[in-house]
Amino acid sequence: MIAADLYTALPEIVLALFAMAALMVGVFGSKDKLAEPILWATAGLMVLLALFVGSKGLEEQTAFNGMYLADAFAHFSKMVILISAAVVMVMGQSYMAARGLLKFEYPILIALSVVGMMLMVSAGDLIALYMGLELQSLALYVIATMNRDSQRSTEAGLKYFILGALASGLLLYGASLTYGYAGTTLFAGIISTISEDGMSIGLLMGLAFMLAGLAFKVSAVPFHMWTPDVYEGAPTPVTAFFATAPKVAAMALIARVVHEAFGVVPGDWSQIIAFLAAASMFVGAIAAIGQRDIKRLMAYSSISHMGFALVGLAAGTAQGVQGMLVYLAIYVTMNIGVFAFILTMSRDGKPVTDIGSLRQYSKAEPLRALALLILMFSLAGVPPLVGFFGKFYVLWAAVQAGLTWLAVAGGIASVIGAFYYLRIVYYMYFGDEIEPLDHVRAPVQASLLVASAAIMVLGVINLFGVESAASLAANALVR
Amino acid sequence: MVGLEHYLTVAAALFVIGIFGIFLNRKNIIIILMSIELMLLAVNINLIAFSSFLNDLVGQVFTMFVLTVAAAEAAIGLAILVCFFRNRGTIDVEDVNVMKG
Repeated sequence: MIAADLYTALPEIVLALFAMAALMVGVFGSKDKLAEPILWATAGLMVLLALFVGSKGLEEQTAFNGMYLADAFAHFSKMVILISAAVVMVMGQSYMAARGLLKFEYPILIALSVVGMMLMVSAGDLIALYMGLELQSLALYVIATMNRDSQRSTEAGLKYFILGALASGLLLYGASLTYGYAGTTLFAGIISTISEDGMSIGLLMGLAFMLAGLAFKVSAVPFHMWTPDVYEGAPTPVTAFFATAPKVAAMALIARVVHEAFGVVPGDWSQIIAFLAAASMFVGAIAAIGQRDIKRLMAYSSISHMGFALVGLAAGTAQGVQGMLVYLAIYVTMNIGVFAFILTMSRDGKPVTDIGSLRQYSKAEPLRALALLILMFSLAGVPPLVGFFGKFYVLWAAVQAGLTWLAVAGGIASVIGAFYYLRIVYYMYFGDEIEPLDHVRAPVQASLLVASAAIMVLGVINLFGVESAASLAANALVR
Repeated sequence: MVGLEHYLTVAAALFVIGIFGIFLNRKNIIIILMSIELMLLAVNINLIAFSSFLNDLVGQVFTMFVLTVAAAEAAIGLAILVCFFRNRGTIDVEDVNVMKG
């Protein structure tokens, strides 16, 4: 019994034990000289675990009396989380090393936060949900403060910590109310209580508080305040990490909670999520217009993208969850490409993040400029690039579910959002002559940038099969 | 007779005080950390009250987890605060303003 449970949760256990062992090796070994081998080992282990999780495919198992669920939905999300975390870690390695930030704790903290994320997407119980979320958040607070001699980085960490702790408090209050009024913390128990006795006011309050807490984690409006500051202040590789894996984990967790625990009353939560989605799409699109710093711009861009992903969830159908998963996979790929580019932006050896410094970039680096152009068009959702299909899936799911107004709002928001993506393209191709950016030979970053752009073009053929995998995952969650 | 609703009222009041402590406080970041603790402890009262009322132990187990996490959270919060203080020489809420917009 215990052996079977432990085997079901094997990926998390292996990664957690690895992180603890690596911590011991780092502390008693030669400290930061070991950072690079530990980083590569962590990335390698994550890729192996992603393959292992992927090989489980459609198997559906529960462990620890229903507290841990391993179904196709969890497997899909875990693969995206693990691969994106590994890629982002490898991508930022040279940047961190060049600035003396590559401490051996960095890969270990990322590994621990990834364990938290994997627990989040597999949670089948409020306690497991809370513990996973906190393991992820506590590691992320420290990673945001990684550059501890920088005013910006410590301020980013402090802001993230305070608002993150507030969000955890809201979530926990909601969890306590849900427990009290449902009489159990198991999602399966909550949903059976609701289908027998109906939705009491206490459960509704619990649901609302939990959604508010989770909205913080995906930086949905009106809980998005921390995002631009944290993105700007944290070192760029850390920002790249924030923009990818934690977002996927938190979105998957919201989907898990609303469908697994409150799936019989979609009317109660889909309104809240539709509001969050519409507000995020518009605020993300409009507030980004005034931004000059590309990291802040990407922060607002991610707020807007999370809005689109929430549209799929608001639909409350399997089709909507499928759209959300496809959207997240595409979003992560695009962000890896864009942040690979931002990592190479420097002048006189110092990193720059001002978008004005991209003027006439196409003359110096035609290939990278073209790749960035494709990614910007894809982020804006211009057909026929893959980014368009992501938006199309979620908006179509909303129309099918009768939320036409939300789909129309999404269309308008994406038109507004296109402006600031296109401005970057404009600067690169038509801007005035200025002192150019350094020519950085960055093979890893450049190849990731080009690969990500190539995926955006070639993916239009069949989206690399993500669509059918997401459909199987969504059907495992929504019954 | 003290019933469930009394406990819930106390917990809700403490929770709201905690939230207001974070937003209204203009002085010191330590006070924010205290407010966060207050919110988590309010939740603990909720959980214990429900647990006792429902005759179900899960709520108390949950409380133990929350206490542990709250301790870890306070440790990390203070560590970040120390780093911040070293760089800025102040922990006033109004001085957390390098980045804006």
